[in-house]
Amino acid sequence: MTTNPATSDDSICDHCGLPVPSGLYEPESEHQFCCNGCKTVFAILHGAGLENYYKIKSAVDANAQPASTTGSNYEELDDPAFQSTWVTQSEDGTAEVELLLEGMHCAACVWLIERLPRVASGVIESRANIRRRTVTVRYQPDSIKLSTIAQSLDKLGYAAHPARGKEARAIRVKEDRKFLIRVAVAGALAGNIMLLSIALYGGEFDGISESWRTTFRWYSTILGLIVLIWPGRIFFTGAIAALRTRTAHLDIPIALALFSAGIWGTLNTFRGIGEIYFDSVGVLVFLLLVGRWIQHRQQRAASDSVELMLTLTPSSATLIDGDGNTKRVPIETIEAGMSVRVAAGESFPADGIITEGSTTIDNALLTGESVPVTSTTGDQALAGATNLSSPVTVRVQAVGEHTRVGKLMELVARASEQKTHIVRMADRIAGYFVIIVIILALITFTAWTMIDSITIGIEHATALLIVTCPCALGLATPTAMSVALGRSARAGMLIKSAAVLELMAKPGTMLLDKTGTLTAGATEVVDSFGDQNLFKAAAAIEQSSNHPIARAIATAFGSDLPTATDIIQTTGQGITGTVNNQSITIGSVDFVLRSTKSEIPPELQPKLVRLLDRALTPILVHNSTNNSFALIGVGDQLRADTATSIKSLQKRGWNLEICSGDHPRIVESIASQVNIHTHQGGVTPEAKAQRIADLKAHNPDPLRPTVMVGDGVNDAAALASADVGIAVHGGAEASLQAADVYLIEPGVAPIVKLADLSRSTMSTIRLCLIFSLTYNTVVASLAMAGLISALIAAIIMPLSSLTVVALCTRAGKNITPTKSTSTPMESA
Amino acid sequence: MSVVYIMIPIALCLAALGVAAFIIAAKNGQFDDLDTPALRAIFDDDETPPDIKKEKNITKEDDI
Repeated sequence: MTTNPATSDDSICDHCGLPVPSGLYEPESEHQFCCNGCKTVFAILHGAGLENYYKIKSAVDANAQPASTTGSNYEELDDPAFQSTWVTQSEDGTAEVELLLEGMHCAACVWLIERLPRVASGVIESRANIRRRTVTVRYQPDSIKLSTIAQSLDKLGYAAHPARGKEARAIRVKEDRKFLIRVAVAGALAGNIMLLSIALYGGEFDGISESWRTTFRWYSTILGLIVLIWPGRIFFTGAIAALRTRTAHLDIPIALALFSAGIWGTLNTFRGIGEIYFDSVGVLVFLLLVGRWIQHRQQRAASDSVELMLTLTPSSATLIDGDGNTKRVPIETIEAGMSVRVAAGESFPADGIITEGSTTIDNALLTGESVPVTSTTGDQALAGATNLSSPVTVRVQAVGEHTRVGKLMELVARASEQKTHIVRMADRIAGYFVIIVIILALITFTAWTMIDSITIGIEHATALLIVTCPCALGLATPTAMSVALGRSARAGMLIKSAAVLELMAKPGTMLLDKTGTLTAGATEVVDSFGDQNLFKAAAAIEQSSNHPIARAIATAFGSDLPTATDIIQTTGQGITGTVNNQSITIGSVDFVLRSTKSEIPPELQPKLVRLLDRALTPILVHNSTNNSFALIGVGDQLRADTATSIKSLQKRGWNLEICSGDHPRIVESIASQVNIHTHQGGVTPEAKAQRIADLKAHNPDPLRPTVMVGDGVNDAAALASADVGIAVHGGAEASLQAADVYLIEPGVAPIVKLADLSRSTMSTIRLCLIFSLTYNTVVASLAMAGLISALIAAIIMPLSSLTVVALCTRAGKNITPTKSTSTPMESA
Repeated sequence: MSVVYIMIPIALCLAALGVAAFIIAAKNGQFDDLDTPALRAIFDDDETPPDIKKEKNITKEDDI
């Protein structure tokens, strides 16, 4: 700490390129580092000859990120129970495991992670996947332990987590492959039919011998039928499923067109006269599949990213066995009656009773209470709550689904099952579309039968069914949605379902959680009155305590602190100490006045009342040497951007409501600060879900959504039952699973962007719809007049589809991406 | 011109071979990850032993 700060000002970290804090500047050293993590990684890279990392990093211009090593020993990965679930043993004696990595974000990371065999001997191969941020490691279990591999990755700055949900993912991978194969087959067939058709169209103009014409028509028909039966089958199954459930779906008019084209085309081939439409059919199926595949990929990327967040929650616990020895074990092996040790900063693995030690517990994610609870021997601790100040031993009472969290999760599952499926706009239109097209076809058939013959009547009516196929309509929605989903990922939101963009386009009612959503969810110093020196002294004493209030005070006044001695803590009340030979007492007003036998000075009295009015916790500081006082107000403060975001949401016509599990007085104070008139405090998780259900039941306009915004387990059921559930940054696992949207950045500001993005996407889609319906009206009139030929259809149908795709790229164009968040999804 | 009668089936068989190759590749997972291989292309082949590397004075300004 004695270094001259002027020398270190211009010094940057040799690993990540961020400025080096003055305290860590080493004048004698050739290399400078911003933190210990970077120093470790730098040393490993140079030791293993992996300096190329820095070249690649500067070449791809990756964002600077300091290496964050957790220093965990990953003992739990060597547990046989873990190994049997996660590790695949192969016949040649090697083993393979998939790990999710935090912090992998650029090409240099991929390079470094794939050079793992150089750092950890015994590793045979390591393959990174930047999109899913995973690495697949193949290793020799005889020569290296899995925990050592995880430690090596950790030391490189990538904290490793086992990738959960292996079976579910294997199924999804298979699905993805099948989808891609369908696209490829449709593409290859469409291309070949097109080649044959060019010969046929050429023949129409310049003449073609009958035997050629028949040959080419037969080949086109065979290929066209393959397109319909293999990749095109999904439109038929989709349409049948929709008809069975009596819902409108875009697949119905598409299947109708494809079906008519297939039947009529085959018949005409047999007859040897009339139009065949198989070139259009091929291109149509191909384009529609490409559109759907792109959207599928984009949505998969969002759900994969959310999955990564889920895995970041602890999967191991410290078990205390009969002899008092501790051991890290996977969370699944914990049973009721066992004793576990929970260190400060860890979350409780199960519900239980504290048998040893006393601490403060943060229940914010679980119940929404913003003030941490002081708990001691005999008190209950709930799974998922965070142990804040000191290690405790807990005797487990309930695990897994029997815990309070587990019961809440059941509620979430029930709510998600009951969630009504909204009918998408394109599908709604498709419903009317089918009816109109069928009526028009009937009119055409009758008219032409009367004018000419029944054959001409069928021919013109089928031509109408085929050319009015809503391919532009079918492409518009997925394309615009995937463009918007990509843009939203860049703007800091992961959207799991594209329906969200349709729902959020119109303002509705939004229920907001308070703790962790509107507020930071952590205790902070909000206001202070008194002498600056007294604050410094208080901070110096509070530095030695782990209590959240103490930490808030220590951080708020934290620089250039004097030294504190003779520190005595009284749990749950206060702390005393000596600074500069002056005896200082800090704590609750009662405690300080009682222990110093003094009275609060009259000038601080109104300030104390004002703090209490604002629902802040008052902390009194007393200097017994000169009998001076200082007052500090701590509490869970609004985030800096909350007020502006709330205002812009209200300006856009949203009805906002606060619904929190915290004390009603605190809720009221926050609500008045952000100008929200409807608010409710002390709400249970069940009541939150009920409130959403009530709002939905009394919603006059189905296009105005009921939205829930929250972060905690207590919000999860409400998130699941709302039309749109938005989980904010740093939320609990349960809320992530239940929500449709996950915000990557802290705060509610991205919700404003989400509303704007939805509106812009929907207006783009509407524009595309108008365009494609105009096109359909034109071709329908042509077909009714009997003026359509296969050639006109072949030119006009793909042309309209491509125009729509070009229009769709406008979706959400005005949404500004967030600079700091870069996800691999952007390249999608 | 009657060679076309033979050429069309041959051309279609070739196309079928291409599609078959694609399907095999897809089933083997060649297209599971479409992002990482794009990044791998910018890496140098640097399988030189570590001790030779240490002689070089590498700074961030070096070109790749």
